[in-house]
Amino acid sequence: MPPPGLAHAHAPPHLKDGPGPGSPEAAALDATWRDPPGLLGWLAAVNHKAIARRFIVTTFCFFVAGGLLAFVMRLQLARPGARLVGPDLYNQLFTMHGSTMMFLFAVPVMQAVAVYLLPLMLGTRSVAFPRLNAFAYWIFLFGGLMLYAVFALGAAPDVGWFSYVPLAGPDYSPGKRTDFWAQMITFTELSALLEAIVVITTVFKLRAPGMALNRIPLFAWAMLVTAFMVLFAMPAVMLASTTLITDRLVGTHFYNPAEGGDAVLWQHLFWFFGHPEVYLIFLPGLGFLSAIIPTFARRPIFGYTAMVLALIATAFLAFGLWVHHMFAVNLPELGKSFFTAASMLIAIPSAVQIFCWIATLCSGRLDFKTPLLFALGFFFILVLGGLTGIMLASVPLDLQVHDSYFVVAHLHYVLIGGAVFPLFGAFYYWYPKITGRLMSERLGRWNFWLFFVGFNVTFFPMHLLGLRGMPRRVYTYQAGLGWDTLNLVATLGSWIIALSALLFVVNALRSLRRGAPAGPNPWGAGTLEWATESPPPPCNFHAIPVVHGRDPLWEPPRAAADGGPPPFTHVGGLAAHTRELLATTVLDARPDLRVNFPDPTIWPLVSALAVTVLFIGSIFTPWAVVWGSIPIAIALTAWFWPRRAETAVHLRLEQGP
Amino acid sequence: MWWGTFGLIAIEGTIFAIAIGAYLYLRSQADSWPLGAPPPDLLWGSANTLILLASIWPNQKAKRAAEARDLVRTRGWLLVCLLFALAFLVLRGFEFVALHTRWDHNAYGSVVWTLLGLHTVHLLTDTYDTAVLDVLLFTGPMEGQRFVDVSENALYWYFVVFSWLPIYAVIYGVPRLH
Repeated sequence: MPPPGLAHAHAPPHLKDGPGPGSPEAAALDATWRDPPGLLGWLAAVNHKAIARRFIVTTFCFFVAGGLLAFVMRLQLARPGARLVGPDLYNQLFTMHGSTMMFLFAVPVMQAVAVYLLPLMLGTRSVAFPRLNAFAYWIFLFGGLMLYAVFALGAAPDVGWFSYVPLAGPDYSPGKRTDFWAQMITFTELSALLEAIVVITTVFKLRAPGMALNRIPLFAWAMLVTAFMVLFAMPAVMLASTTLITDRLVGTHFYNPAEGGDAVLWQHLFWFFGHPEVYLIFLPGLGFLSAIIPTFARRPIFGYTAMVLALIATAFLAFGLWVHHMFAVNLPELGKSFFTAASMLIAIPSAVQIFCWIATLCSGRLDFKTPLLFALGFFFILVLGGLTGIMLASVPLDLQVHDSYFVVAHLHYVLIGGAVFPLFGAFYYWYPKITGRLMSERLGRWNFWLFFVGFNVTFFPMHLLGLRGMPRRVYTYQAGLGWDTLNLVATLGSWIIALSALLFVVNALRSLRRGAPAGPNPWGAGTLEWATESPPPPCNFHAIPVVHGRDPLWEPPRAAADGGPPPFTHVGGLAAHTRELLATTVLDARPDLRVNFPDPTIWPLVSALAVTVLFIGSIFTPWAVVWGSIPIAIALTAWFWPRRAETAVHLRLEQGP
Repeated sequence: MWWGTFGLIAIEGTIFAIAIGAYLYLRSQADSWPLGAPPPDLLWGSANTLILLASIWPNQKAKRAAEARDLVRTRGWLLVCLLFALAFLVLRGFEFVALHTRWDHNAYGSVVWTLLGLHTVHLLTDTYDTAVLDVLLFTGPMEGQRFVDVSENALYWYFVVFSWLPIYAVIYGVPRLH
């Protein structure tokens, strides 16, 4: 472990931040906020940018893995009666594909991008609780690796990504497969919940002075609303996965009808999480668009307040829709009508946002770069997915196409259109900020068009397949049912998507070395992350900016009353030799407190390992919960125990209230 | 920054609410309730509720002392909080016996054990947390942040207390409703 205080050994304690790059103060700040060198330093890292880069790369690896699983399924379905994979492997494939994309990619990748961007956008030097952030990454990584390790051993879960009981219960799924699924849920949801706390506290307390709530970038709003949804949605699935695993391992009877349990309880618990989950994936995508569209339309967003209110309305309504996943269950008809109405209602705030973007685009001067292409692709695909969503919200139609390929088509249009297209756009948009180099526009265009065409070729035929009665999750089908050609077309489309994804990887890797140098603000954007160098220095900003408007870099500098240079562009005075940060008030972002942030440490990693031992051990013996909690308690205590040298530094800066 | 504590409280509160929802859902699906067992005895649960309510007092004292940055009094009151927590945990053992059912008897047993177990886990973690904090106040390097920690510890304890009241009502009250 790096000795405490190593990072600031060079910096004399009298240096305060404020002067720009090149000054001794700036050098001291960078030394203070840099993660320690070496392998141990790498493992002890807490800088939000380092953790977020790992997080983004990890989630993207899971995305590629999940995509390859889907590709194998498409190969199997390309013609009737194929024998590429058998039924058991096919069950594992679609379960792994769904679980990977939902739990190991879609939600965490959004949080990972937010962890990178939020401190930069908000004009600060760290996320709140940086060690917790590191812990959340490690716990996510270990949960994902566990799932793929058991897949490699041939024991992957095989009951679908929503693991319905009684199929997933002890009677019909003996063995450990479903237990691994349930613990993977516990791992990833724990990570997501902790990240939600990090995001909420960062957005509420660490904004640059002057960035009142009505001035924060819409992406930050989207992530804030998402984080609140996580707080209230994820506990349901954690409780569900825990009760499922206790049913399987210690003989509880939550889902066993013979002993007073109830299988539909699982569906309620799962979808109470599962429907908000869709919006957890979708809202960050909207946030990306609200960052990309104004930049490439070269004007501020139209209807900022309406956009924020629409985000919040969507979040509330998302909790009132879950039963529309259960229309085929015997529930009171009046209840179903309510959920139909709620499902239709949520189209309204979504439409408000879409119209605001269209207004922004129509009244702007468009700059057709790759990020904007992905944003426009979003409109086309999401609207198609939304239309089939309105169809599925009606009970009689839903009953007809329930569990068919129509649903598969719908959910891919919504999720890929609503989240993956904006995410790719975001990747092209912020890649220069993260790496300092631009991605190739030419490859980017190829990437976009191949993805757009390939996506529609793959998934549009699935609507028709569903209407022609092809059920989802079948490993093969007979010839002559009218499904052959459409399946072949869908498989051809998946080749195009694979090619497009390959181009993306090539582009991202090649541009790391060969891309054109980006400079601080290659797109001429208005938000604060573009005010600092690309890639940002370890401390993000050498002086904390003062914010006067919604797009700070587009605000004309205001002259002082006497005509002198503009006052209050930055604040200074934070210690440069320790990780001191300015906290501001929630509503108006007035300077509130100086807070000392913790140094890098190995203990979040050790704690995550201890938690991993408990989670995996509990699959094999319930006593792991007892003995496994001892190392966790020790690791957490060591994590929180203050070091004397650090405390001495803090004490010298402390001022009583 | 108490936003971290707030986030935990929101998460845990949601877990409790959903677990209570699951209890009521299972009850709504059953012909009779409780399934195959008499209602839990009131004695230990009610005694514990009183102890828990009384423990607000030392926590408030510890919080006040911390806010006044009075190290000696903070240490002392935190110790009293710890004694309350330990007394509670001992009685909690009797509460599990007084449920008259086991987690693997039927769905009723599963859900009451889960409710009581969830709350006990919170008590255990907060008791441990209080203990570590008090040891730190006696032995560790001291700075202003520790007083904030004591104040937030009290906040979390209030959550453990107040979340118990609806759980108490559900575990002990609902089986007596007809």
